[in-house]
Amino acid sequence: MLGLNKKDTSLFLLVLVLVVLAPFLLNPFPENSELAQFNAGYPDLMQRFLIFGIFAIGFNILFGLTGYLSFGHAAFLGVGSYAGVWMMKLLTMNVIPAIFMSVIFAGLFSLLVGYISLRRSGIYFSILTLAFAQMSFSLAYSVLTPITNGETGLQLALDDPRILGVSQENGAIPAANLFGLAMRESYELSLGGWLFTFNAGYYLCAVVMMIAFYVAVRIFRSPFGMMLRAVKSNQQRMNFTGLNSRPYTLAAFVISGMYAGLAGGLMVAMDPLAGAERMQWTASGEVVLMTILGGAGTLIGPVLGAGFIKYFENIFSKINDNVLYGWFSALPEGVADFLVFVIHPFIGKGWHLTLGIMFMLIVIFLPGGIMEGVERIGRLFKRKSSDKDSSARASAAPAE
Amino acid sequence: MDAILLQILNGLDKGSAYALIALGLTLIFGTLGVVNFAHGALFMIGAFCAVTLSRLLSLSFVTIDETQTDFLGNPLKVETPYVEAWFGPETGAAIIDWSVPLAILFSIPIMALVGLFMERGLIKYFYKRPHADQILVTFGLAIVLQEIIKYFFGANPIPTPAPDAFAGSLDFGAMIGMDPNVIIYPYWRIVYFLFAAGIIGAVFAFLQFTTFGMVVRAGMADRQTVGLLGINIDKRFTFMFALAAVVAGLAGVMYAPINSPNYHMGMDFLVLSFVVVVVGGMGSLPGAVLAGFLLGILESFASMAQVVALLPGINQIIIYLVAIVILLTRPRGLMGRKGVMES
Amino acid sequence: MSLIRKPFNRRSILRAGALGGTALAMPTVFSSRAWSQGYLNEPTGSTVTLGFNVPQTGPYADEGADELRAYQLAVKHLNGEGDGGMLSTFSSKALKGNGILGKKVEYVTGDTQTKSDAARASAKSMIEKDGAIMITGGSSSGVAVAVQALCQEAGVIFMAGLTHSNDTTGKDKKANGFRHFFNSYMSGAALAPVLKNAYGEDRKAYHLTADYNWGYTTEQAVRESTEALGWETVETVKTPLAATDFSAYITPVLQSDADVLVLNHYGGNMVNSLTNAVQFGLRDKQVNGKNFEIIVPLYSRLMAKGAGENVKGIFGSTNWHWSLQDEGSKAFVKSFGQEYGFPPSQAAHTTYVQALLYADACERAGTFNPCGVVEALEGFEFDGLGNGKTLYRAEDHQCFKDVLVVKGKENPSSAFDLLEIVEVTPAAQVTYPPDHPQFAGGALGTCNPGA
Repeated sequence: MLGLNKKDTSLFLLVLVLVVLAPFLLNPFPENSELAQFNAGYPDLMQRFLIFGIFAIGFNILFGLTGYLSFGHAAFLGVGSYAGVWMMKLLTMNVIPAIFMSVIFAGLFSLLVGYISLRRSGIYFSILTLAFAQMSFSLAYSVLTPITNGETGLQLALDDPRILGVSQENGAIPAANLFGLAMRESYELSLGGWLFTFNAGYYLCAVVMMIAFYVAVRIFRSPFGMMLRAVKSNQQRMNFTGLNSRPYTLAAFVISGMYAGLAGGLMVAMDPLAGAERMQWTASGEVVLMTILGGAGTLIGPVLGAGFIKYFENIFSKINDNVLYGWFSALPEGVADFLVFVIHPFIGKGWHLTLGIMFMLIVIFLPGGIMEGVERIGRLFKRKSSDKDSSARASAAPAE
Repeated sequence: MDAILLQILNGLDKGSAYALIALGLTLIFGTLGVVNFAHGALFMIGAFCAVTLSRLLSLSFVTIDETQTDFLGNPLKVETPYVEAWFGPETGAAIIDWSVPLAILFSIPIMALVGLFMERGLIKYFYKRPHADQILVTFGLAIVLQEIIKYFFGANPIPTPAPDAFAGSLDFGAMIGMDPNVIIYPYWRIVYFLFAAGIIGAVFAFLQFTTFGMVVRAGMADRQTVGLLGINIDKRFTFMFALAAVVAGLAGVMYAPINSPNYHMGMDFLVLSFVVVVVGGMGSLPGAVLAGFLLGILESFASMAQVVALLPGINQIIIYLVAIVILLTRPRGLMGRKGVMES
Repeated sequence: MSLIRKPFNRRSILRAGALGGTALAMPTVFSSRAWSQGYLNEPTGSTVTLGFNVPQTGPYADEGADELRAYQLAVKHLNGEGDGGMLSTFSSKALKGNGILGKKVEYVTGDTQTKSDAARASAKSMIEKDGAIMITGGSSSGVAVAVQALCQEAGVIFMAGLTHSNDTTGKDKKANGFRHFFNSYMSGAALAPVLKNAYGEDRKAYHLTADYNWGYTTEQAVRESTEALGWETVETVKTPLAATDFSAYITPVLQSDADVLVLNHYGGNMVNSLTNAVQFGLRDKQVNGKNFEIIVPLYSRLMAKGAGENVKGIFGSTNWHWSLQDEGSKAFVKSFGQEYGFPPSQAAHTTYVQALLYADACERAGTFNPCGVVEALEGFEFDGLGNGKTLYRAEDHQCFKDVLVVKGKENPSSAFDLLEIVEVTPAAQVTYPPDHPQFAGGALGTCNPGA
């Protein structure tokens, strides 16, 4: 279908189903149960899953295929965000021009950074990209305040010109919209004890992500993708055959920069604010972590990694002692106190600790990331049916 | 002129902190081939060794003074440190006052043990894994270490002053015949610089003049061949990891009086020290030290008001800018070798 | 316009059992106009949910933890538990200790990480997932401005925590946002007369300023008010936020002609720059025949602790301090101290007061509707909450009250006794017209009930 082979088609359809049904899947617990704390099916987090999924897919095109580890990709996301907010300030609250300009600006900036950084490889390349990103962050936070609004972040104002729209509606800033459909528009479905939210912005993200995912699959399977993999496995040999690999790596770099810009554009479309911290090295590090955690070089792994980290950040940080006591209310007081005491360091303000431990466990026991875990479980089931088949598959699969 | 001299002094000081951390990173990278993102955390733990020791020394027993009240109107609890009770108030106070220098001795075994456990318990399994995995696992470890410290010590900086004997500053200008007050420099910073220079010298001497060091250097150059010669290089590498941890820890201990330690100070230094290592050239010890001092001095110059007026924002980005220029003109940093971390 | 169109707090819907199983598979589509009577997250059950959004990780985590303690205490007092704290000293007697409008107060917590993105994500999840009707907290101006804008768009009330930049109620003010904390202008106006008495009219000041919005507004405020006294500003230098070692910025101070150093730094920056300045012996120097002095415009006791001995004798300003002897402060310190064993910080005080003020406004308005709350808070005058007679000004939603000028204490009697109050500057002296140039630009807009 659509030029995909059978395996990719089924993967694509699987992702499509998951994304469309996410509002159900992410809200498995009834609203008034104590476990509702673990529900992630509210618009903001679902949008973030997809947006960071796009970011990670793009990063994976560079890192997963060519092996070039960029530590500065957050800068492209940041540049994209700023471009997007400026479009909303100057032109219109329709998200299409904003997203479009985000991609363009991120692409141009990544062309510049990539052109310079790709003169080096290995860790020297990583440090060059890191240096560019940190410079962008520092300048955006301080001297570029007139353009970026520094620490506060660039936001919309009641007196923005918005040439193709209105500056304000009844004393309020108009909502970001897609030809009139506000991104914040939601439809709610209440089924028994469950409540599901279907948000317009989320489905815009979903459409964009499916396109981004499709393009990524095509790149992975194309001759261009082959070439990039050749760069990873042995660049020297490639050069000896008379091929200049630089145009290929630069193209991959710019494409992944544009993906980052796309993510930045969607972020401002969902929530029109662009903060400088988006470009800090920790943000660049985050996308590296997402990709490796999920499984670098796999198609869907980075998306899972993105979901994993964002879930921790948003769900674990909100659990407090009060919530814990709610869970354990059925237990005798002494036991509940003890359990809260034991769990306390890992939740709320301790969510970083839990995240750090999870990083270590995954890297130690699942070198291929979450995807390897999925594969192992899959193999476990297969083994029952046919032992031979699985061993052949195992040796072939994780090569990416 | 005096302004320039001052900034060189400042740069030497900042540079010595960079150089010490970069030295440890390079030792680990050069010998074990591991990119250690937890190295900043080791620096931080060193600083907290100083905090811990000063807390231990000021452990107190409580007596209730009925004549005074605390903020709730209850009788005031007066705390007297045990050391003051044991050794008399003056000696006791002096011991507490000298807690940072004492922490040097205190931190060496602790840091060595931390290094040992890290290498044997975790890093060892990552020698053959890709650099990306090493980065991820050590980054996870760094987060865990820093959260543990935060759990016990809180997020705010904790003042850890140097002994009173080192309070105040040296009027350097007056010594070389300039006006007084023009070039003054705190005693503790001078101590820090000399201490750093001493440590760097000792590490180089150790690698240069001992058989052990020779084997390690050989291992850095060609691990396989050394292994083929029947030398147990792994044991030596474990030792080197512990040594690198001690160097980072000592840098942290001595740094505590300069900036009050907080749990994220390691992360603040981590990125900069990586830049330093790479600018120096991956795997080159002299390169790391040279780059540390170079970037420290340039950073100080860039923060001069006259320079900032000329190029706004330059003080924010100078290190990265220099890194880019150096890497573009010298492909492997200042003193890097070919083939390290490039494939 | 609303961020999320849903007429009810989803939890309370289900708790009330209004839909139960009978409404099964009956999709409900809500359009904006049909529900114009209601407002976002209207509590229909027996409880009301507030969102406490404070830094729990990052450099301000301790301050955030103290804010959270204060919120939990406020919730207790609102629900009629504990000793009632400042409820008994508060001039408005609308609160009865039976929750707000008879509904028990519940809360959710989140982590701002002191990053505008994370803070907004956290606030959004409180609004979208937990049905919070009000968001409060924060320990930096960047976050306060970002979350305030979000609450305006979404249609809930934002009660700012610790935010000191002029912009929060200046060019970035919003109809749904309120600030009890004081601001840069007030710091400058309160400090200037005290500095004149202590250090004279003929001084040359050198400013080191953190290179971001709060730093800029504070530098401007202090510079303008000291220049009005006759001080001369020799030089202003911006320092990177990420800087940890300030030696390179401090050494040139000595070579200039300045005899006062103003450190427009907060948090870790303040601790480090002050420590460095003292290490370099600035305070032992004589310049122009006068003692060299250092000033820290915004003090925080939690941060002062990090600088240790170095704060002794250094002037600054603060919103509130636990050693105040008015009835409100005493009641709060007692109640907080008995609960947690140490006195509250200014961050704890401002957040506790904000929670009370919000609850009181709801009671007086008779509704949780943000527009009703805004109306109740605008122009509200009250007393008994620790800062004397206070006005929530309608024009910019800023509280006008007494400002404390403090000095690092020479002989602290305990680990908390770091600052001593030098002067309580009366509110009149720090009041400015709403169109003051330091607050120019921006508009409140209209209140947004979110439905």
